[in-house]
Amino acid sequence: MTTKLRNFIILAGLSVIALVAVSLLIYVGVIDEYTAQILTLAGVNVIVALSLNLITGFTGQLALGHAGFMAIGAYAAAICVMHFHLPLFASLILGAFVTAIFGFFIGFPTLKLSGDYLAIVTLGFGEIIRVIMVNLKDLTGGAAGLKGIPSFTKDLTLQPTLSFTWVIAAMILVIVVMHNLLHSSVGRAIISIREDEIAANSMGINVFYYKMLSFTLSAFIAGLGGGLYATFFGYLNPTMFNFLKSCDFVIIVVLGGMGSITGTVISGFVLTYLQEFLRIMQDYRLVIYPFILLLIMLFRPQGLMGSHEFRLTSVFGPRAKRTAGGKEGV
Amino acid sequence: MSFFGQLAQQTINGLALGSIYALIALGYTMVYGIVKLINFAHGDILMIGAFVGYFVLMSMGMSWYALLIAFAVSMVVCAIMGIVIERFAYRPLRDAPRINALITAIAVSLILENGARVIPFMGPNPREYPVLKNATFSLGSIEISNIQIIVIVVSVALMIVLNYIVNSTKIGKAMRAVSFDMKASALMGINVNFVISFTFALGSVLAASAGILFSSAYPQVEPYMGIMPGLKAFIAAVFGGIGSIPGAMFGGVILGIAETLTKGFISSQLSDAVVFGILIIVLSVKPTGLMGKNVREKV
Repeated sequence: MTTKLRNFIILAGLSVIALVAVSLLIYVGVIDEYTAQILTLAGVNVIVALSLNLITGFTGQLALGHAGFMAIGAYAAAICVMHFHLPLFASLILGAFVTAIFGFFIGFPTLKLSGDYLAIVTLGFGEIIRVIMVNLKDLTGGAAGLKGIPSFTKDLTLQPTLSFTWVIAAMILVIVVMHNLLHSSVGRAIISIREDEIAANSMGINVFYYKMLSFTLSAFIAGLGGGLYATFFGYLNPTMFNFLKSCDFVIIVVLGGMGSITGTVISGFVLTYLQEFLRIMQDYRLVIYPFILLLIMLFRPQGLMGSHEFRLTSVFGPRAKRTAGGKEGV
Repeated sequence: MSFFGQLAQQTINGLALGSIYALIALGYTMVYGIVKLINFAHGDILMIGAFVGYFVLMSMGMSWYALLIAFAVSMVVCAIMGIVIERFAYRPLRDAPRINALITAIAVSLILENGARVIPFMGPNPREYPVLKNATFSLGSIEISNIQIIVIVVSVALMIVLNYIVNSTKIGKAMRAVSFDMKASALMGINVNFVISFTFALGSVLAASAGILFSSAYPQVEPYMGIMPGLKAFIAAVFGGIGSIPGAMFGGVILGIAETLTKGFISSQLSDAVVFGILIIVLSVKPTGLMGKNVREKV
């Protein structure tokens, strides 16, 4: 049995077991509804944070408007379900596609810029998207928000379990896609842009093309996350997707390590849980978070994981090679 | 009111708003010119300045004299704040990758906003700002309020002082030298750290006064009030050419007028979108801004 196949079996098995086991635990009631909700929310956060990590951590282009992409995905999916009565799965995919199209057209003028300008322009687009959402009253419900988005199921007792399964399954899918992308020649090209744009260019890599690819894919994933968020939450409001929301994802990515999928997954879950856990500290957590961010930047700028990955396959015996495919557990 | 009457009226309103943006934009542009950092916390310095002014005015009661004290106190507080932020958050990262410095700036900004929110005597709720008794003067069909006059006069005065400091004093010369080439100016015996601290202090002083002016014009203070004017002023700085002082003044005024014209003629809700739209157009057509220098990328 080749290492590759062996690793694949280990990882696929582990993901399925983890997904099914936790879903069952939620169904039986060992994990209560509240914890299930936190885990589901963490899954959504991880999906959007992963999309941000793709463009910021792996491609090296700081984007500050990912809440905007999330908003497009969320509203598009919700409108598909509510106005056009499409099935949920199709709506989620469609929402992600709509976001990717927006990402493409936003990326076109912005990705010619670099560094600080890119950050500011993506921030600007995020705000424009929000303002447009407020003004398209017929479609989005304006500032009052969009209520009554159908959930994953009508059955209330099944709802926490199914939400969890959908979101985490999507998250695993996103991780697999991103991991495989980054270990392909396309992924190498994308990472080379982060390392040195000019050197990459002189090695014959079409920098703009790969930036666009990464940005559009990032928008797609963020849109998917947004759609899941809308379905999970059942209510949307433009102020949910403001600049501070974008900052939340930046915090997750930076804490986990820019350029580490595992890091984002870990910090996404830990931070989302902390957010709930720290509710007893009320608003003080709002100060503690950015303070942690500041300390990380000052003392460990590479974040928790740096650009390293934690490989589950390496846990299972010495035969697993570090270079072979590795995916993260749930 | 006739179309031209309204046009003139909105231009006057825009001039007042734009001169506030210009004051904030100057802080951005000076800091960016020297350390190449978008100081995201600049808008929040404005908020702190507005709050300090609020407390002074509340304790002394509203009068010309109190207003003067409010300006002075909030300028001093904000200058110290700017120096402290630079010393402890930005200076350790001066040689770090730009993306790290930018994220640090965002972190500082969030700390200030959320810090103001949790401090008991500031709190999350918007408060009414004490203002002078409103008086309007009419010039034909155009009306201009006393607050607008104060805003424009104070802004112009501060800009003249700034111009004098930057262009005609020794420290101003040092600032220009450091922004031109930091290493070379250190070799020439300029205390770079001091100059950078001074620049942050100067920018924060302008932001403090802009804060008081802004909250006198839109009489309200709250912890997140600095975000939008901060972003718009940054856009103004980019529009005028980041790093250029006349560019920031010009960009601020243009942006203020563009915003009030949108509010007056199109839709008040869309004005933010228009402002960001301007930024995107400017950056795609002429990324160095109207008065910026072309910087060639070196390998």
